[in-house]
Amino acid sequence: MSIIQILFYLLSGLAVFAALMVLLSKNPVHSVLWLIVVFFAISGHYIMLNAQFLAIVNLIVYAGAIMVLFLFVIMLMNLNSSAEPGKHIWMKLAGVVAGGCFLIMLVSLASQAPEMTNKTVQMKEGNIGLIKELGKVLFSDFVLPFELTSALFLSAMVGAVVLGKKDSTQ
Amino acid sequence: MSLLQLDILLLIEKLVLIVIIVLASLGIALYTTFAERKVAAILQDRPGPERAGPLGLLQPFADGLKLVMKEEIIPGNANKALFILGPALAMTAALMTCAVIPWSSQVELFGRKIDLQIADINIGILYVFGVVSLGVYGIMIGGWASNNKFSLMAALRGASQAISYELAMGLSLIAVLMLGGSLSLKTLVDQQMAPGYLWNIAYQPLGFLIFFVCALAECNRTPFDLPEAESELNFGYHQEYSSMKLGFYLFSEYVNMIMSSAVMACLFFGGYDIPFLDEKTLPVNLAAVLGLGALLTKIVLFLFLFMWIRWTIPRFRYDQLMNLGWKKLIPLALVNMLLTGIFILMKQEGTWQTITGFFK
Amino acid sequence: MQALTNRSRAVSRKPLTFMESLYLPAILKGMLITFSHIFKKNPTVRYPEEKRPFSPVFRGLHVLNRDEEGRENCTACGLCAVACPAEAITMEGAERMEGEEHLYREEKYAAKYEINMLRCIFCGLCEEACPKDAIYLSETFAPANFTRKGFIYGKEELLIPHPIEEPEAFAKAKGLNKEA
Repeated sequence: MSIIQILFYLLSGLAVFAALMVLLSKNPVHSVLWLIVVFFAISGHYIMLNAQFLAIVNLIVYAGAIMVLFLFVIMLMNLNSSAEPGKHIWMKLAGVVAGGCFLIMLVSLASQAPEMTNKTVQMKEGNIGLIKELGKVLFSDFVLPFELTSALFLSAMVGAVVLGKKDSTQ
Repeated sequence: MSLLQLDILLLIEKLVLIVIIVLASLGIALYTTFAERKVAAILQDRPGPERAGPLGLLQPFADGLKLVMKEEIIPGNANKALFILGPALAMTAALMTCAVIPWSSQVELFGRKIDLQIADINIGILYVFGVVSLGVYGIMIGGWASNNKFSLMAALRGASQAISYELAMGLSLIAVLMLGGSLSLKTLVDQQMAPGYLWNIAYQPLGFLIFFVCALAECNRTPFDLPEAESELNFGYHQEYSSMKLGFYLFSEYVNMIMSSAVMACLFFGGYDIPFLDEKTLPVNLAAVLGLGALLTKIVLFLFLFMWIRWTIPRFRYDQLMNLGWKKLIPLALVNMLLTGIFILMKQEGTWQTITGFFK
Repeated sequence: MQALTNRSRAVSRKPLTFMESLYLPAILKGMLITFSHIFKKNPTVRYPEEKRPFSPVFRGLHVLNRDEEGRENCTACGLCAVACPAEAITMEGAERMEGEEHLYREEKYAAKYEINMLRCIFCGLCEEACPKDAIYLSETFAPANFTRKGFIYGKEELLIPHPIEEPEAFAKAKGLNKEA
């Protein structure tokens, strides 16, 4: 096994274990912290695919900002196992069935897709993940979706400002 | 990727470099705590600590020894694992920044050219941002795990402050990156060293100002030390901490200060560039040593500025802090970015073409 | 109402002007002020090495006086203990025996004389009450101690050194004693 394989299995194992811990830990704060570990493992994968920009943006945006907001909410609500509302057994069963169906769908889709059969992950190849190439592609081939996304963000920002403004009529 | 073709010599070289840089930053941080007390004293017409050792130079060790010898208390209802994780994370995040900072140019030892930088990754400055955003968790986890309302409030304040100011910081940085055209700190420094180019501070005074204010806020330094506001929050997020765990929190603040000073020196003040001197004419090793000296001088000056501000300005109120961050610094940074973009375009295409280009 | 000092100023509640809300001019002004303090003389007295001179009316540790032949002045009359508002002084009297005339000036003397320095408020009333000039307040103060017991000063701590047997120490103690 080469180093890259060892790293790959290490990171994958960590990611899967942390993802399981997100579901299994009783304390919601622990869940959030395990989710951050998942993000780290995934960022490690990005780096191995030579997508450094994606890796670090994943960390900054998800682990650095969004998860902090999650933590805010959970810490302030002070959730614990006693505050959790009891769910009916049928609800749990329905959840298991729905989730299981989704999993089967995903696995079958992934295994049948023609581009993905008989292909291993290409490590450290391609430089689309590097920031220079990414910028060029974003502003040439994908300029329309990119601008649309920015318009979406702008409208979301305006919406947030409007919601956050004090109501002067009251 | 050099990681994969295991070059043993490279590995040893980098390991040695990592150990030296980490130990050196810890040593500098140790004496920064001393310098803080001394500067405070001098600005307040006092002599400051001067009893431990000659001129009080052993004072930081006395402080450290005191912290280590103190009783270690973990509150009864605290979350033990997270309580211990908090200061560890804060310290790790603070030290991790030093990996991308170019401490000097190359040195030649035993016939090998050694870069005085641990990793020159092409996302350099973004890595710093990623690590800084991690540092928030040290505060948040510590504050929450203490199971104390004051700690929790301080942690929330600290985290929201760090996230808010990270935005303005990033935006002010974009203008610099547009000038340099790279994210790698080494490339940015090399560009400022090139003959005919001034330091970035000459092109980006506003950007530097915004970045500096945000750096103060990120390091939880006065006037933005709200997470540690003892008059309103008892002691802040580390209220329940004692012994070396508290020491780690306090210490990580100083390491953060050093690292942000180093980043500012690299981005705006030419890093290891010595003004009015062409390093290419000097022998390689001499240039590297002088460069390191130049960078350290800049760092020390920044640290003094940090302290000088701390002992001058009172603390901002929380709403003032948020107003300043969101309503003043972010729009200013955006305007700065826009202006820089326009000027770069003008330089590339000529003034007239740029103006007509807007109406095409 | 008359202001207490001429430095007090009413707080202005006006909203900040634009220039003020930039904070920078005010911050720079403040920083210049603190910077100017770097060059100011610092007034610290480095205590154990240098000592600040006491004023001549300073009231410090007590001294039990002797006359010029080295005899104790105190007759254990108890007036100082009565005068003491903090009840810090206790004493036991004893009669002078034959052959002790060189030790004690009068027929009665204090066999035990204790002042609790933790209770004492250094008011100097004992000094005023004493009819025999036996007790004085000197210009030193009680050094720190690890136990409370150490602050109860007995005769051996309080008595001034013998003027004939230890003339230097006596002169030194006299020098600290403002009355002498």
